[in-house]
Amino acid sequence: MEFEKFTLLEIVNMLKNKTVSSEQLTKYFISKIEEKKSLNAVLEVFDDAINLAKEADKKIQAGENGKLLGVPVIIKDNILYKGKKCTCSSKFLKDYIAQYNSTVVEKILQEGGVIIGRANMDEFAMGGSTENSAYGITHNALDFDRVPGGSSGGSAVAVAGGLCPVSLGTDTGGSVRQPCSYNGIVGIKPTYGRISRYGVVAFASSLEQVGPMTKTVKDNAYMLQILSGKSINDETSADIPVEDYLSQIKGQINGLNIGVCKEVMQMMSGLEVEKIFLQVLEWLKSNGANLIDVSLPNFDLCLPCYYIIAPAEATSNLGRFDGIKYSTRSDKAENVDQIYTKSRSEGFGKEVKRRIMLGNFVLSSGYFDAYYNKAKKIQIKLKEQAKDIFKKCDVLLFPTTASEAFKLGSKTDPVSMYKEDMFTITANILGIPSLTLPFAKGKSNLPLGLQIMANNFEEGKIYNLADYIENNWRWK
Amino acid sequence: MEYDIVIGLEVHAELKTESKVFCSCKNQFGAEPNTNCCPVCIGLPGALPVLNKKAVELVIKAGLTIDSQINNIAVFERKNYFYPDLSKAYQISQLVKPICVGGHLDLQNKSVKINRIHLEEDAGKLTHQSENIGTLIDYNRGGVPLMELVTEPNINSADEAVEFLTKLRERLIFADIAECKMEQGGMRCDVNISIKPKGSNILGNRTEMKNLNSFKSVHRAIEYEVKRQIEAKEQGKEIIQETRKWDDEAGISYTMRKKETSQDYRYFPDPDLLAIEISDEEVEAIRKTLPLLPEQLKEKYVNEYKLTEYDANIITKDKYLISYFEEVCAHYNNPKTVANWILTEILSKIKDEDEPIIKISPLKLAEILSLIENGKITRTIAKEIFTKVWENDSDVDKLAKELGGEINEDYLCNLIDKIITSNPKAVADYRTSDTPEKQLKWFVGQIMKETKGKANAKLAEEKILEILNKTQG
Ligand SMILES: [Zn+2]
Repeated sequence: MEFEKFTLLEIVNMLKNKTVSSEQLTKYFISKIEEKKSLNAVLEVFDDAINLAKEADKKIQAGENGKLLGVPVIIKDNILYKGKKCTCSSKFLKDYIAQYNSTVVEKILQEGGVIIGRANMDEFAMGGSTENSAYGITHNALDFDRVPGGSSGGSAVAVAGGLCPVSLGTDTGGSVRQPCSYNGIVGIKPTYGRISRYGVVAFASSLEQVGPMTKTVKDNAYMLQILSGKSINDETSADIPVEDYLSQIKGQINGLNIGVCKEVMQMMSGLEVEKIFLQVLEWLKSNGANLIDVSLPNFDLCLPCYYIIAPAEATSNLGRFDGIKYSTRSDKAENVDQIYTKSRSEGFGKEVKRRIMLGNFVLSSGYFDAYYNKAKKIQIKLKEQAKDIFKKCDVLLFPTTASEAFKLGSKTDPVSMYKEDMFTITANILGIPSLTLPFAKGKSNLPLGLQIMANNFEEGKIYNLADYIENNWRWK
Repeated sequence: MEYDIVIGLEVHAELKTESKVFCSCKNQFGAEPNTNCCPVCIGLPGALPVLNKKAVELVIKAGLTIDSQINNIAVFERKNYFYPDLSKAYQISQLVKPICVGGHLDLQNKSVKINRIHLEEDAGKLTHQSENIGTLIDYNRGGVPLMELVTEPNINSADEAVEFLTKLRERLIFADIAECKMEQGGMRCDVNISIKPKGSNILGNRTEMKNLNSFKSVHRAIEYEVKRQIEAKEQGKEIIQETRKWDDEAGISYTMRKKETSQDYRYFPDPDLLAIEISDEEVEAIRKTLPLLPEQLKEKYVNEYKLTEYDANIITKDKYLISYFEEVCAHYNNPKTVANWILTEILSKIKDEDEPIIKISPLKLAEILSLIENGKITRTIAKEIFTKVWENDSDVDKLAKELGGEINEDYLCNLIDKIITSNPKAVADYRTSDTPEKQLKWFVGQIMKETKGKANAKLAEEKILEILNKTQG
């Protein structure tokens, strides 16, 4: 059987009904990883995966329950899984072994999931193409010559390429949604605080969230529920009850108020995605939804805000990789200062260094008010503007990216790469949930993603609309 | 020329909490290296801090003892710098919104203004070993809660600085905020020093003195630095703004780093921690837990307990002594007597010890004092019992019986009978004397002689009177 053809929910049922064993599935997906090694999506298959699958099978035989019992899962290489390597695709952490489990890994294990490997990414999640990995580039699952997007490129390709039914990514500025869009799958950046960040190697702490990456909307809703919840180890995780997201999927959108943002429409003008985006809006209207014109006056400032706040936090978060602890210490260092400078010069890649320098600049005395403080003030203003929007509408629609996945090596200028995040960054700056699902094909017959956003902790509304589009909008 | 000396202090004290400030590891001095550690306090990737509310309470408490204003919102920030003892390459501290703002601490002759008190985490500790081993890091201290108190620069002499520190330390220990053990690094102090021509408003360049491990070294370092600055000024040299390190053994300080090379800490709010919200109700609840300060206690002891100024002074010098005193008084309601015993018997026993321990429980001392008052034992016996309890923690009642201190009334009456019968002349004298009290004292003296001082004089006197009156007729 070709197990990659099944959705996560189907696989969960097959395991429950014992039409397939976890061992069978795990072996199958591991062989797929082997077969598609050239994609370079998965950095390591964990050597205890098959044993864990066998244990899961025993539990299934014994009648035990677990929402992921026996399901193979792949995690991004910045999520800690005790006893396993976690490199963040950086040379700096080439031999680093996780000393404890992240909350999300803990939750997957509690539900009986079998974590089979870790996926490639842009070094420390900085990048939008998975070309910034110390362990080689990852290829798009649908077109070998194109980027898979990033930074969670490996995780997206793992699902789209049939290497596992579900994977985890992290999203700081679009790092789950953009690669999902480029590979034609579903991914969510939940509300900030919905999922605990404990045990996820931090890049920009105030912006990022773990997000599940799946083939379908329902799979995604199922997975988000498992990962969500308050953690005593993370003050920023929200103490708000977790909903049963699947039950929020009602199969109709009558009377749903959909926000269409003026500034986004202007930004989209002339882009590849524009025409189809307008079509889907019309179609939604004809299916009973109300289109509401809204405005996010400072939409254009999201990108500059992000590239000030994120590097500032990153600079500080990555300070601990100083050559004193962890894998890399330069042989050439002769004193403490040289341990710092030489180890960091040798251990970090170009993009990481660029952002560290950017972050240090915006935090340095004399510039702090002009950059960091101003960005934080704009962020507060943007949040107020968003509040007004969600008084009028249930969801907000954006495209995920301007166009299809671009060619490997085609974007060499960092600013053009940063602009990749133009539509996704808004949700990180606002903290609101945002999901992407494939909704169209571009001129090279590659998928384009549609982004659905909602007010904080209203993921249920997003899943309802996304599921409706997935099942009723004809585009394939 | 004459100069004004301008001094500001930055005082760090480790807070007395069970666990560290952002994780549940033990806050404990002297454990095996790297045993009180976890992913959070060694700064492993992915680990996140979770605030220990107790540490905030203690800082609020510290603020209340010096009349600070408590901010309703306080924010943690990251102070970024590289040092091997700093596991995350940043220290979680507070800059823009500390917990406490303002306040004052009154000295003998002036009120020292306080700028702020904030909460931060301590760093680990480096130990430099032999060359082939290198430097080792112990992260046990990493994440221990620290309060940092910053004064305004309105201290004007080494004496005032030390008076301030002594008083502050006393209060922190008193209110159970910090133990302030200088020798363990539990209290540390940096001193900013500058001079200016007397009466001038223009501040001179200041230097910051580090590595001051005792009040004595604070005093010496200030004297040294003031002298150095005055000499430089007189010779027309410029005083350079710099950080200096005090070498206590050599009695000198030297340049650690100049201002130009000083670090930019790139502070910004820590995104991993929520702002601390402190309600007025919370502050009031904490205020209620504040114990009376030594000065206030002294007043109470003199006015209510009728202790002498001198006695009250000595008892309120030491937190341990105060709680001991209070507890004895709780069982034996005569503070004057209690104070007497503490000052004479107890202090003479512990005065030479470094870590004085009173080896008699408050309850047992109260028992002994009650026995004296009830006439069951004499002071002499009481002292004997006291010594035995101190040495062996023995039972007070049993000792009282064993030592015969508790002179049985029958025995006492028999003895009185005997003395009266064998001294008819004295009896006659008593009956005819103008000053029978004097004669009475003679009888008491005889009893004491016979009992080797063990009888209770008061009781003896009563009994003698009783018997003499009975035999009269
Ligand atoms: Zn700890």
